[in-house]
Amino acid sequence: MDQTDSVVVVEHLEKRYGSFVAIEDVSFVVERGEIFGILGPNGAGKTTAVECLQGLRHADGGNLRVLGLDPRHHAAEIRRRIGSQLQESALPDRIKVWEALDLFASVVPGGGDWRVALEQWGLDTKRNARFGSLSGGQRQRLFVALALVNDPEVVFLDEMTTGLDPASRRVAWDLIRRMQDRGTTVVLVTHFMDEAENLCDRLAILDDKRLIALDTPSGLISRHATKRRVLFSTDQPDLTWLDSSQHVTAVHRTRDRVEVEGTGPVLAFVAAALIEHGIAPTDLRVKGADLEDVYLSLTGTGRSD
Amino acid sequence: MRTLAKLSWVELKLLLREPLTVLFALALPLIILYVLGGVFGEEAEADIFRGVGAMSYYVPAYIGLVIASIGLISIPTHLAGYRERGVLKRFHASSVPAWAVGGAEMVVALVIASASSLLLVAAAALVYDFAAPNSLPTVVGAFLLVAVMFAALGVLLGAVLPTARAAQALGLLLWFTMMMLAGAGPPPEVLPSGMRSVGSLTPLKHVIYVMQDAWLGLDAGRSLLVVVVILVLSILLALRFFRWE
Repeated sequence: MDQTDSVVVVEHLEKRYGSFVAIEDVSFVVERGEIFGILGPNGAGKTTAVECLQGLRHADGGNLRVLGLDPRHHAAEIRRRIGSQLQESALPDRIKVWEALDLFASVVPGGGDWRVALEQWGLDTKRNARFGSLSGGQRQRLFVALALVNDPEVVFLDEMTTGLDPASRRVAWDLIRRMQDRGTTVVLVTHFMDEAENLCDRLAILDDKRLIALDTPSGLISRHATKRRVLFSTDQPDLTWLDSSQHVTAVHRTRDRVEVEGTGPVLAFVAAALIEHGIAPTDLRVKGADLEDVYLSLTGTGRSD
Repeated sequence: MRTLAKLSWVELKLLLREPLTVLFALALPLIILYVLGGVFGEEAEADIFRGVGAMSYYVPAYIGLVIASIGLISIPTHLAGYRERGVLKRFHASSVPAWAVGGAEMVVALVIASASSLLLVAAAALVYDFAAPNSLPTVVGAFLLVAVMFAALGVLLGAVLPTARAAQALGLLLWFTMMMLAGAGPPPEVLPSGMRSVGSLTPLKHVIYVMQDAWLGLDAGRSLLVVVVILVLSILLALRFFRWE
């Protein structure tokens, strides 16, 4: 296969559960070697989309291709060539780490050596530990190792870091970058902004069953988040003169803390106005737009939970 | 095939790591044997127990009962529990085939049924005087057939029942009903004819006949065919309706 081909192609995907529409007219393409994020609030249809791609659910409409194959007809073949980490799945509590790896490695003839995976994902000391005794982070590492034990060309990771503490999340991010370094294409479902911004080469944002944006994180930010915020503290009671400064669109104040919303070079104009009025705050800073701003402006929902 | 072998071995090890479950499987038939054996003794009476002594009747019948408890209770509860916890979904996503999941359950069921049945026969031989198998190879063949049949029926139940609780409740209900009506509890001849007819509709009734006929050298007749039909249907339906989640 060509090195630059599309690993996943989704055209007008549609999925219903009875009369409930879970996903409607979603299209995107994932290129080989990238980390592709699918971001959206709960119930946006993210999991449904990736489960259709893995052939775990049947799409009701549209065209799907994974590694050039249609999941509706070649699900078994696709599942042998992909890796999968599912949102709601588990292993028997009493199964040992090595037994799980050995079992899953046996499914695909000529797949990778599970002993290598054991070492690669730092599980060698947990080799004989039972699944039920593993910590959340260790379970995630095991699931990643299981997803990669058959040397897949593409892995689907569904909310891999939900429920992990911040340190374990960083470790998981590192694992995902290592997958990409091995040449594996990664499709990452998440509802964490920082995760999407840090890891993903490109992002699809789903909201209310539909695709509402598709771009690189920086592309999304420069296109959708044009507002800037300037923050500082002061005990000066009257700041009405700030409203008339150039590039300022709004001023919010909570006791001593002031947040100025504006566009373009707003920081320089706010700084000049402050000096002019004899105020020199030590904590003056600008908060650049981030993915969260994009997300909030696009989905109009509250902050991610 | 490699996956089936690995999964069977893992499942067997997992079972052995649950000593209480193993204890239940091994102890239950012994309790029933000694309690009912104490009640009926080994008096041969022409009009009950198919004309043979009570224990000659009950030992092969209890082997059927052991097999039924594995097929109706253990396997469905286990498989439904796997579905509930997302283990089956995990297997599915890693392309473990449904036949390997069901097959592994059947292999484990055969191992446990064999151990349990050997223990049962040994325990009976210690205390009671009953007919020796008419032909050992026939008994072994009949045992394998009925054990595989109930295991397949168990996989079918486990393939479609949504939760472990549902599977356990239904399994216990089926098992007790069958035990009472199919001739593994009170002798069938003392049951009212209506109950006896219901009893002869249960798979356990035919399993018991097949075991007894092999053991006592009687003519298996229609029951053998019924067991084979249930086996084939169970496998086909389980494969057709297997639910991963």
